Amino acid sequence: MKRVYVNEKWCLACHLCEYNCAFANSGLSDMAKLRGVKISPRIRVEGDERISYAVSCRHCTDPQCVKSCITGALSVADGAVRIDRSRCVGCLTCVLACPYGCVAPGADGLATKCELCLNNSAGAPACVAGCPNGAIVYEERG
Amino acid sequence: MKSYVIIGGGIAGVSAVEGIRSVDGEAKITLVSSEKTCAYSRPLISYYLEGKAKLDTMGYRESDFFEKNGVTVLRGVSAERLEPESGSVVLSDGQKLSYDALCVAAGSSPFVPPFSGLDTVEKKFSFMTIDDALSLEKELGADKRVLIIGAGLIGLKCAEGIRDRVKSVTVADLAPHALSSILTPESAEIVERHLEKSGIELLLGDTADSFDGNSAYMRSGRTVEFDILVLAVGVRANTALVKAVGGEVNRGILINGKMETSIPGVFSAGDCAEFKSGVLAILPAAHIGGFTAGVNMAGGSECYADPVKMNSIGLFGLHIMTAGLYEGDALGDPDRRFFVKDGYLSGFILIGGVEKAGIYTSLMRDKTPLDTIDFDAVMRSPSLLPFGREYRKEKLGGAV
Repeated sequence: MKRVYVNEKWCLACHLCEYNCAFANSGLSDMAKLRGVKISPRIRVEGDERISYAVSCRHCTDPQCVKSCITGALSVADGAVRIDRSRCVGCLTCVLACPYGCVAPGADGLATKCELCLNNSAGAPACVAGCPNGAIVYEERG
Repeated sequence: MKSYVIIGGGIAGVSAVEGIRSVDGEAKITLVSSEKTCAYSRPLISYYLEGKAKLDTMGYRESDFFEKNGVTVLRGVSAERLEPESGSVVLSDGQKLSYDALCVAAGSSPFVPPFSGLDTVEKKFSFMTIDDALSLEKELGADKRVLIIGAGLIGLKCAEGIRDRVKSVTVADLAPHALSSILTPESAEIVERHLEKSGIELLLGDTADSFDGNSAYMRSGRTVEFDILVLAVGVRANTALVKAVGGEVNRGILINGKMETSIPGVFSAGDCAEFKSGVLAILPAAHIGGFTAGVNMAGGSECYADPVKMNSIGLFGLHIMTAGLYEGDALGDPDRRFFVKDGYLSGFILIGGVEKAGIYTSLMRDKTPLDTIDFDAVMRSPSLLPFGREYRKEKLGGAV
């Protein structure tokens, strides 16, 4: 299955991936409308002044978040970890379970996570498409 | 064709179905549920009263789950006794089911202490099932005063669920602090202040001695007048089925890592089961334990030996996450407490700032020696940075 992979050597910490993610999942017509809005991106840049890299859901083969979900909102479909937010109540057990810190509450308090842009208008990871340095890629690595 | 029986239609029972089906698509599966409504997410009953969950979306799995998995479900029936010699179970309606393997996922029942005068209280409820929530809901109203006995997870979630639908909510507990099963006293104080700010009256270190109609006479000498009483003192694992035939039980039904009880062919999972570390009674363990039991029932091989106890609970907008045991050195602050024993993280408490908490849980799950990472940095702010480049390369650069 294709996943998002990170090469930290090439990350510039420009945070564009965070904006492209938030925009792709916002339903807005223009990215400029995100100006001044507190975004809840599903990919986050971490690091210090020397090292930086982006982290998003690993779509684990044995996902702790799915096994821990108390409502059944999280599930695996064709290898991707998906969330049905209409069934999420914001208990955040998934946040307590994810070893990579890749599930987070959105602005509405319910859990959000990367779904590889498979269910928004981008259709493929917007973070990857917008990365100026090829530090994030979307490919098959077994 | 093999025949499997599951006692209980909660999370562990449903997950046992998934476990069996992951190995055997053909076997006959019969699930016995004493509740008419089954396969719903039990913790959602407080969210239902709060208006955050709807009856038709409370299913733990899709509504056609049993049909799709070829499961015969017997609702409103309970298991009366096991006959392990012949591999059968007798149900309350008299029918007898034979099994190749059986899973007892019978859950727990509310424990009600013998309060004197409890029979004089007209409106009293437990808070364990959807039926409990629906009966309680019928009594709610803007003029109603509610007394909840028990400031644990169940009592406080109930308080949150009904606060805006009643006149007042008072929660009493004999323990000197709220959530005493998951918080240390100093951490509990933060939560108590928040509860009081949210309009909940707390009577801690106090409980009812006796009742007379709408009055509770408290141990402290105080009298609490109420219209509705909710009893959330605690729960007891339903062990009777296994105990009656000589199976090993303690507080729960004793199981090994394969979820086998001491009786051959009989497995157990969920809130009635007792791991080496005790009865966990948490939903993730019910799911993983039920699935593990199912796989092993059907002849597969799965192990769930050493689960991490963890809880994530939100109360009036404040999130509380806890995991493990509070043993060893206590580091950090009351709202961000870490317990380190023999060089390993043994437990933690986070109140409010819960972002990326799973990074801490993973240190416990993976038994990571803390001297192999920059733990001071992780404690301050959880991220993958202190784990080093090699770890990140493996986790972020490959399939995990």
